[in-house]
Formats: sequence, structure tokens, C-alpha cells
Amino acid sequence: MSCQCTNEPACRTRTPEQAEKYNELERYISTIPLEKVPDRKRGYLIQILHKAQHIFGYLPEDVQKYIAERLKISHAEVYGVISFYSYFTDKPVGRYKINVCIGTACFVKGAGKVLEEFKRRLNIKEGETSGDGKFFLGSLRCVGACSLAPVVMVNDRVYGNVTAEKVGEILKECTD
Amino acid sequence: MTKIQTPAELKELAATLKNAPRPPVKLLVSMGTCGIAAGTADVLKAIREEVAERRLENAIEIVEVGCMGLCYAEPVLMLVDRESGKRLIYGDVTPQQVPAILNAGTAGAAPGTRTLERSWYYPECEAPAPGELQARIVLKNTGCINPEKIEEYLMNDGYAALAKVLTTMSPEEVVKLISDSGLRGRGGGGFPTGRKWSLAAAQPPGEKFIICNADEGDPGAFMDRAVLEGDPHSVLEAMAIGGYAIGAQTGVIYIRAEYPLAVKRLEIAIKQAEEYGFLGKNIFGSGFDFNIEIKFGAGAFVCGEETALIHSIEGKRGEPTVKPPFPAVSGLWGRPTIVNNVETYACIAAIVRNGAEWFRSIGTPGSPGTKVFALAGKISKVGLAEVPMGTTLRKIIYEIGDGIKNGRQFKAVQTGGPSGGCITAKNLDLPIDYEALKAIGSMMGSGGMIVMDEDDCMVNIAKFFLEFTLDESCGKCTPCRVGNRRMYELLEEITSGRGTMDTINKLKMLSATIKDTALCGLGQTAPNPVLSTMSNFEDEYLAHVQESRCPAGACTKLIHYEVTDRCVGCGLCLQRCPVNCITGERRERHLIDQNRCIKCGVCFMACKFHAIEKR
Repeated sequence: MSCQCTNEPACRTRTPEQAEKYNELERYISTIPLEKVPDRKRGYLIQILHKAQHIFGYLPEDVQKYIAERLKISHAEVYGVISFYSYFTDKPVGRYKINVCIGTACFVKGAGKVLEEFKRRLNIKEGETSGDGKFFLGSLRCVGACSLAPVVMVNDRVYGNVTAEKVGEILKECTD
Repeated sequence: MTKIQTPAELKELAATLKNAPRPPVKLLVSMGTCGIAAGTADVLKAIREEVAERRLENAIEIVEVGCMGLCYAEPVLMLVDRESGKRLIYGDVTPQQVPAILNAGTAGAAPGTRTLERSWYYPECEAPAPGELQARIVLKNTGCINPEKIEEYLMNDGYAALAKVLTTMSPEEVVKLISDSGLRGRGGGGFPTGRKWSLAAAQPPGEKFIICNADEGDPGAFMDRAVLEGDPHSVLEAMAIGGYAIGAQTGVIYIRAEYPLAVKRLEIAIKQAEEYGFLGKNIFGSGFDFNIEIKFGAGAFVCGEETALIHSIEGKRGEPTVKPPFPAVSGLWGRPTIVNNVETYACIAAIVRNGAEWFRSIGTPGSPGTKVFALAGKISKVGLAEVPMGTTLRKIIYEIGDGIKNGRQFKAVQTGGPSGGCITAKNLDLPIDYEALKAIGSMMGSGGMIVMDEDDCMVNIAKFFLEFTLDESCGKCTPCRVGNRRMYELLEEITSGRGTMDTINKLKMLSATIKDTALCGLGQTAPNPVLSTMSNFEDEYLAHVQESRCPAGACTKLIHYEVTDRCVGCGLCLQRCPVNCITGERRERHLIDQNRCIKCGVCFMACKFHAIEKR
């Protein structure tokens, strides 16, 4: 199944790599029985966005428009959902996604200092990606590993009992 | 796989499974999220290799289980001797210890390991045994069976309650049973589950929905995750029972995207239940059809509120709407809908099996049953505990949780997450249930308990919770969007030493206004942490505004570090300082440049001579 978009100029300028990503997204969308529930299509929006973010790494405007078209809703509605939920992002993120847990348990054990240290070392704010596109720094609320507080997640890896001193070691482990 | 058509067939299957020959020793390996994060996967690999090498396949059965509740000691292993029932629990296991543990078997503890007390965990019976603090209804199977094998659930009375309901009870009888049991919503509000169900059941027949709220958003609460990862079938079974009771044929589980392991195990469980015919068409030959689908959240705390959750399932922004109409009348896609929490569902099958009277015999008259608490923060034994309602906080914190870490002084415990309040030492002996907690200015919430010690500044804690609400506010109503922002700014003034008595008065006034005017529960309860810390720890607020002093030494703007004359000039702090703001020759007293100091406290902790003071 190839991409179904009517956004022709954008479609033609896609690199083969990008086109393959769109095809993958379309393959996913085509497994959903959208036509069975014509007035409830919207119910699939969030899971499609999850998939799209997984494929593209983030949700660029072009992808948002593509999804809007497929669900026959406006681009504004899709963007409204993306901006509401903290899980979705419309900006590219770094290769190493550093997320400092600032749930209550981590907070009382000093997660704030750990976050400050990351900010200082990477010289970026929360929610930003470093200039070289290597690191993304974010925070999240509770991964449910409260016994290891404070917790830092780098991509899918969990670091427990992190202190400001250990920040340097964690960054050192992020080598391409 | 043949489908199970009648209760008799189910009974026979359970008996066959129970009587099948098994190795004499069972080895439980805790493979929940925190176990895996702590390194259980490596331990499991070591166990499998050791078992294969020594050909112990027929002597030891390895069972991967969900969270055992012993999070403080992960990775955790438990050996059970089937015949004698003898148990041995090991904590902080490393792959290197595995051969010794397998060598020792159930005879005694292996040398060089840490074993854990059993009293913390595992009364097998559903009723509280004398002398046991915990009673396990919700967590009966969690940490005990392999969640990815439906057969293990079937051996433990799995789906027997569903069979009983579908073949011997009318929907009205089911609703009455749940009403009689006095079960109340475990998500925090404590609304009687039976009343919710009867409201939906009374709606005219047609399409209805039953939803499981697995959007566990309270930071520090992880019991729902433990149930979904450790015993997913108990939730599926209860949803089918609820569906039958209210006349719904579709169940939806709304789960956080942050819980990938729980999602995976739910997907496996649904597939297995469909294969056996416990979900799908004509369940137990009763003519009742029921299917369950999974929907994902995307990181929005407010989606724990039922109307917001329903909007999120519909693919919209998860903003709450005014009730009435209640979802039980007009919910998902405008149809009658029930939303219950994971822990509530996990009680249902046990109530059906044992009756309403039995359930009422546990807990307090107003709040029957048990409650799972997630103990976290400055407590020695972080983990999950399930206790009958009416247990005192002292028992939970000091007997189950083993008191405060590092011998520090207990200061407060926060319950109810960002909407709750803090409870101080004077209320430690209060038997807790929904009403008791409300009376002292907190709430049950989903059951997170964050313990705080003398090093935590209560003003700072209140600010932390407000920051959370601020982040999560959907922005629809002004009191929450603007009011809470303003409250946060006032607290910021206090913690940075710029506050006055007027600031405190403004905070009080604003709290009252927001409580009265915000649209949904999130906004209405947002001032709770501020009000509760203010009434319990007024002296701390006053110290901040009148003396520019943070008694706990936590507000960084109000503290500074100084090197005293005890300094021997060892240079350790100088090396450790992340911003290189400490200077000094070797063997001479060092100096901290206050302008460049980021107050991280690394020097304070590194100094072996206690020469650095926090002021």
C-alpha cells in the first residue's frame, strides 16, 4: 500500500526514505476498519498519532495534514490534539531522549537537582534538543519505578538512584 | 484450542490443570517494570542458564510473575516448596548469587545473600489472617502467577465468577450484589460502584460501554500498573461481569502509553481469553457477547477524570465537561457508559465468588474491603501494600514500611496525589478510610503515599504539587488556568524569600475562590496541598516570610553553603564541585564563591570532616 495523499507537491518532493515512512504509516492505517465506523473514525486518531510519532520520531506538519486527510477532519483538530497531550511533539527530538522523572517520589529525593545539572551541562532548557541534534532533555511524571528514585530515562534505558554527580557518567555513556 | 462452553467444563479444566504433575519447587521471578529496571532480566537469564546446565528442569519450575510489592529489594526471587509450603524470599539478587541460591534450594538461605521477611507479603487467603497486617484481594494473584499464561489464572478460580454470573444470576442480581457489598470506587472519589452500575443498567437497552480507567496519573501511585502487569485477567473478567450487569457489549481499557509492559500483557490476556471463549460471542452459552479493546492515553493527567477520559477515547482533546449528564446516562459516543478504576475491577470477581457479606466483613462499615497503597518517598521499604480499610497509618508506615529511611524524623505523609493533602504525626493513629481522610483535609486518592522527613520543606512541596497541576491544567476554565498560575507565583515569592504576610493572605483567598469556581476535580482540588500544608505547617510558612529562613534547608534561594574552620584543605570538595566555584590551596581552608555557587550540595555531602555548613 502506498501513500494515499492528495497533497501532490509535497508528495513529489519527498525523499525515498521519507516516502517509505509514509508508506509504513499508510500500511498501519489500512489495517484499521475506518469505514466500519464512519462517524466514529476520530476515535482512532490518538493511536494513529502514536504510530506516526514512532515512525517519524516526531509529528511534522506534513504528517499532521496527511492524517487529517485520512480521517476526514481538519488539520486544526489534529494539531489541537497534538498540542494537548504531552506525549506528542511537533519538533524533531535528539537521538538520545533524556527524560528526568519529576514525580513526587523522585522529587522528594532530589530529582530537581538532577534536572538542573542536565540543563547546565547540555546548556539547553527542558523540552529542547541540543544544537548538534544529539540530546533531547525532557521531564516526565512517574514511570512507576519509585523504589529507584530519582530515576532518569535515556531512550528506553532506566537509570536509578541518580545524583547530580552521576549526570556526567550518564552523558558519557551516550556515544554514537 | 477448544472453547469452554459451560461452568462444568471450566471446573474440569481447572482441576486438570491443578492436578498436572509439576516440579516440587517453584521459583518466582519478579518481572514487573521496577524489577526489570533493577536488573531482574539478567538474573532470570542466569537462572535459566544454571537450570539448563545442571538439568534441573524437572526439579524447579521457573515462573515469571508481576510485581510482588517488594520494590525496595528488587530484583526479588521467591522459592516455594510445593509440598511443605515453605517459602524463601531473596532480595537484591545478583546473577552471581544464582548458583548458590539454587544450590541451597528451600532448605535454608544461601550464604552471602539477603533474605526478606514473609510478613510483608503473602497471606494466601483472601481474608486477613490473624496477625497478618495485609489482606490480599486485589493483589491476590499479582506476583504469584505468570500473567502471560491464562492457565495459571484458571487454576486460581479464574473466570469462575464470570461463569457463575452468566449462568445463575440475572443482571439485576449482579448489580444488587455489588451494591450490597458496599464497594466504592478505588480511583479516589469513593463513589459507590453499585450505584453507578444501577444508573447505567436503568438506561433503555441499546449500545452501552464499560470502560476501565487505567490512566494511572498520580505521581507515586503504581498499584494499577502492578495489577495490569501481574494479573490482567482479573480486570478482563470483572469488565465482562460489569458488561453483563449493565447490558454493555463493548469494554474499553484506557491505558497510559507510559506503561508498555502492561499494554503488552493486556494484549496477550485478551487474545487468550478470546481463544477460550471467555470473551467474544455467546460466552458460556448464555447468549451474552462481550469484547474488549485497548485505547491509549498520551500523557495528560486530567484524562483520569471520567468525562475527559471519554473525550480522549473519542480522539479529542481530553478536556472535562460539566456533569450532569453523567456518563452513565450519556458517555462515550453519547451512549450510557460506566468508568471504573483498575483496582475497583480487581475486587469484583472476589465479591461474586465469596458474596457481599464476606466483603463487608473486611474493612470499615463505611468503606468495606481493602485498599492498596504505594509506599514511596523517604520510607525504608518502598513497595505495595494491601491492607483492610481502617488500618492506621502508623501500622502501614512503621510496621509494613519499616519507618523512615536513615533514621530521620517523620514529618508528614502525602496521600491523594496532587489533589490530596498531607497528614502529620498527630494523625498517625487514625484508622483510615474515605471519610477519615477527608475529615483531616486529605483524601484517599488512588493510594499513593509519599512519606516525607525533616529535610523536606513543606512550602516547596506545595509548590511542587501546584507546578504539577499547572502543567496538567487543560486551560479550559479561568480559575484553574490563571488562578493556579498566580498561586504558583505567590509560592515562588515565598520560597525565594520575597514573600510577606500579605502573600500568605492572598494565597488563602485565592485557594478558596479556585476551590469554589473551577470546572472539574483537577482545578477544584488543586489548592488542597497548599491549604493542608498551610494549616499543618504554618510555622514553616512564617519562617520563610518573616525570617527569610527555610527550616528544612531545602529552598535553595534561602540557603548558602560555607566552609568553616574545621576544613583541613583536603581538596575533595574542590574536585567534586560541578561549577568549580571552590578555591583554596592544599592544607588551607577553602572558600566558596557565593556568586557562582549553584547550591547543589555536592560539597556538603562530599566533605568527610563536616566542615561545610548549610545556612
